[in-house]
Amino acid sequence: MVETALVDWSRLQFALTAGYHWIFVPLTLGLAVIMAVMETIYVVKGDEFWKRAAKFWMKLFAINFAVGIATGIILEFQFGTNFSNYSWFVGDIFGAPLAIEGIFAFFMEATFFAVMFFGWQKVGKRFHLASTWFVALGAAISAVWILVANSWMQHPVGMEFNPDTVRHEMVDFSALVLNPVAISKFFHSWFSGWMTGAIFVIGVSCWYLLKKREQKFALSSIRIAAIVGIIGTLGVMFTGDSSAVHVSKYQPMKLAAAEGLENGGERAPFSIVPGIEIPGMLSVLATHDIDGYVPGINNILDGYTTPDGQTHLSAEQKMERGKIAIEAFSNYRELKDSNPEEAAIARKTLEENIEYFGYGYINSRNELVPPVPLVYWAFRVMVGLGSALLLLMFIVLWAERKKRLESMTWLQKAAILAIPMVYLAGQAGWIVAEVGRQPWVIEGLLPVKSAVSSVSVGAVQTTFFIFVAIFTLFLAIELRILFKAIKEGPKTEVE
Amino acid sequence: MITYEFLQQYWWFIISLLAGLLVFLMFVQGGNLLIFLAGKNERERELIVNSTGRKWELTFTTLVTFGGAFFASFPLFYSTSFGGAYWVWILILITFVFQAVSYEFQSKAGNILGKKTFRTFLTINGCLAPLLIGTAVGTFFTGSAFTVNKAAVGDIAAPTISRWANNWHGLEAVANPFNVEFGLMVMFLAMVLGALYMINNIDDDNLASSLRKWLTRGFCAFLVLFLLVMWHLLTMEGFAVDSNGVVSMEEYKYLHNILDMPNTLVMLLMGAVLLVAGVAATIFNKGFKRGIWLAGPGTVLAVMALFMLAGYNGTAYYPSTADLQSSLTIANSSSSEFTLKTMAIVSFIIPFVVGYIAYFWRQMDKKPITSDELDHTDKY
Repeated sequence: MVETALVDWSRLQFALTAGYHWIFVPLTLGLAVIMAVMETIYVVKGDEFWKRAAKFWMKLFAINFAVGIATGIILEFQFGTNFSNYSWFVGDIFGAPLAIEGIFAFFMEATFFAVMFFGWQKVGKRFHLASTWFVALGAAISAVWILVANSWMQHPVGMEFNPDTVRHEMVDFSALVLNPVAISKFFHSWFSGWMTGAIFVIGVSCWYLLKKREQKFALSSIRIAAIVGIIGTLGVMFTGDSSAVHVSKYQPMKLAAAEGLENGGERAPFSIVPGIEIPGMLSVLATHDIDGYVPGINNILDGYTTPDGQTHLSAEQKMERGKIAIEAFSNYRELKDSNPEEAAIARKTLEENIEYFGYGYINSRNELVPPVPLVYWAFRVMVGLGSALLLLMFIVLWAERKKRLESMTWLQKAAILAIPMVYLAGQAGWIVAEVGRQPWVIEGLLPVKSAVSSVSVGAVQTTFFIFVAIFTLFLAIELRILFKAIKEGPKTEVE
Repeated sequence: MITYEFLQQYWWFIISLLAGLLVFLMFVQGGNLLIFLAGKNERERELIVNSTGRKWELTFTTLVTFGGAFFASFPLFYSTSFGGAYWVWILILITFVFQAVSYEFQSKAGNILGKKTFRTFLTINGCLAPLLIGTAVGTFFTGSAFTVNKAAVGDIAAPTISRWANNWHGLEAVANPFNVEFGLMVMFLAMVLGALYMINNIDDDNLASSLRKWLTRGFCAFLVLFLLVMWHLLTMEGFAVDSNGVVSMEEYKYLHNILDMPNTLVMLLMGAVLLVAGVAATIFNKGFKRGIWLAGPGTVLAVMALFMLAGYNGTAYYPSTADLQSSLTIANSSSSEFTLKTMAIVSFIIPFVVGYIAYFWRQMDKKPITSDELDHTDKY
């Protein structure tokens, strides 16, 4: 029997690592673009001011980058250490993007990171600029492949189950890479990184304005960052919209949970907060049609028929068919040597029901509902803060252009406060995506509880607390070093 | 004709190559092992940290890619070993986690723990990472206690395929002297490579002379361990697998492998000769600084040969002592033909990646690091 505690602790440990990793990664993604833009201006204009500006942000970038790497390695190996069954069951597909990420992205980042930091006097100006852009590109490529992997878990495509090897096997690599979920998810996450980088630069720069220091540097940084941030946020919104359509199509339970929608239907309302709704809005978001049908949690559990006549099975029916699939799998394995004819029948039964395979491990319909309040509120935090931050960036850019920003201390303070907010929005986004898909590690095919390694609860608890201690320590150190570096400011020549 | 079997062999070759490159690049760990041993004053320690500090990410990335490539090509190893030998891998990872922040944080204002602590983290990683990785690779020859039962997926209550047969979860590997010898051998090899690398990469006479001292000591220790490991390896029983996939014990299995596959013998000998030549030339000729460029490729060749001995010629590369038939072989643990083929296409980019790394490496290291440089440029 797989213990519930083992499943919960394994899940918690993964959530911890992913959550911490996602503190450091978005800044890497966004700040890389901003400093590359600054260095480009330096190379084009030949103005030393921009070189020093770029170098200051690079210094902060490096401090943050290190912790991103430290948390990232745990994340990769954790698939093996804590989700060993998962690693075999789908490793044939899932391992590929991880390997490709290493070969294509990490070496690029590692090589050019060293050139970017230590190469100012060793390589030419343009060469150096290219290196900085390659760091940004490497980070983006890394995001592509890890999100291809993640999206496959949300919407598995391009594979077939092989009962002889007992795993899903890749049959179509391009389906994996061009998975529509992956495309939305990559741009959504990448642009959210731009947003984080921009808010970080704007907030730090506003602190200088508030302190009446480094004014030219601060205002110039704000201008670049606000433009990058506005483009990024618009990108986040645009891809968020396509994500919503995908979720409604492939993971309706996640959408229902994010909306706290118990009973859906046509013209489904969008809940702003409990009690305040916009009629028909959810249908628009999820289906791009005001009359579109959006099922609620109860509809999904009870089974429903969409207006176009498509029927969706109830939870019990899916569980039943999942059990049939698993039983047919076992029968096939028992009979394949002794009785090929019976085995062929079992295999056919398995194929007919494979879509529901994961439901066979589910014991009650309640297991199929993710924690609704958490997902519901995380969604509101993400969207609410995202919109507020976009507005803030427009105001900041306007004030900077009108040369009023220096005197608007309230706006400077708001921009500083925005830094923790953008992180909160990012974390909330991951909660929506990852908590919202529970109980599935692979949608419909494998629940988390059937994916975990066979280690003791005590072992996982121990490593969990070790990681809590290490990551928290690193975060504290990083923040302290960042604060000191910011306080010290860019080299005085920048003024 | 590209068959499934060929692809499996090809991917074992790539894994062996990545393993070889990883051990070579562990000169970073070896260098860190010497921070406090060879670096007698702050400036010398700073030179060491800045020398390995410009390469550590390559080693780290090679480790991550090694893991990713192993996952993609032999997922059953990933699931069985990582999920089973839990504590060994977690320990290895933790030392790398500490390493990852230590370069950047060690000399920064506000780093809470202080310079010495972060350098100690680097030294711990320098010592434990090669030691533990080496010990884990030792089990490729001596075996581990696990079972694999793929039919378990049909058991709704307990679907876990791979199970470790004891509660030590990998720590028991140190009870086998061969594994420990293997780990220590890799650790001293890293130390030798670290000393050679820094002799080449740092232009500082005082530091160079103490590095030479540690090179000699490290190499003597390595040599003793290497001979011990080879003696044990060539006389031990091994895990043979027949054409039906049935695993059995075979006397002198690895000796047979080396005789059946003369290319591994050639690689191993060439590797050893290059390593010894690199070390000897550096020790006996004070003006010779290019030892790393002999010993490094030598290391790659020797490690590849060891991996090939572990996996080719009908050998179970990750044997189970708890249930022989659960042992992992290249054939029973690999990805599907389609995935291996796809990944084989991806692997064609590796020479290009190695090429640009080498190019930038040369660009950056045209001149060795000097004490003077540290005063005038960005540094850790």
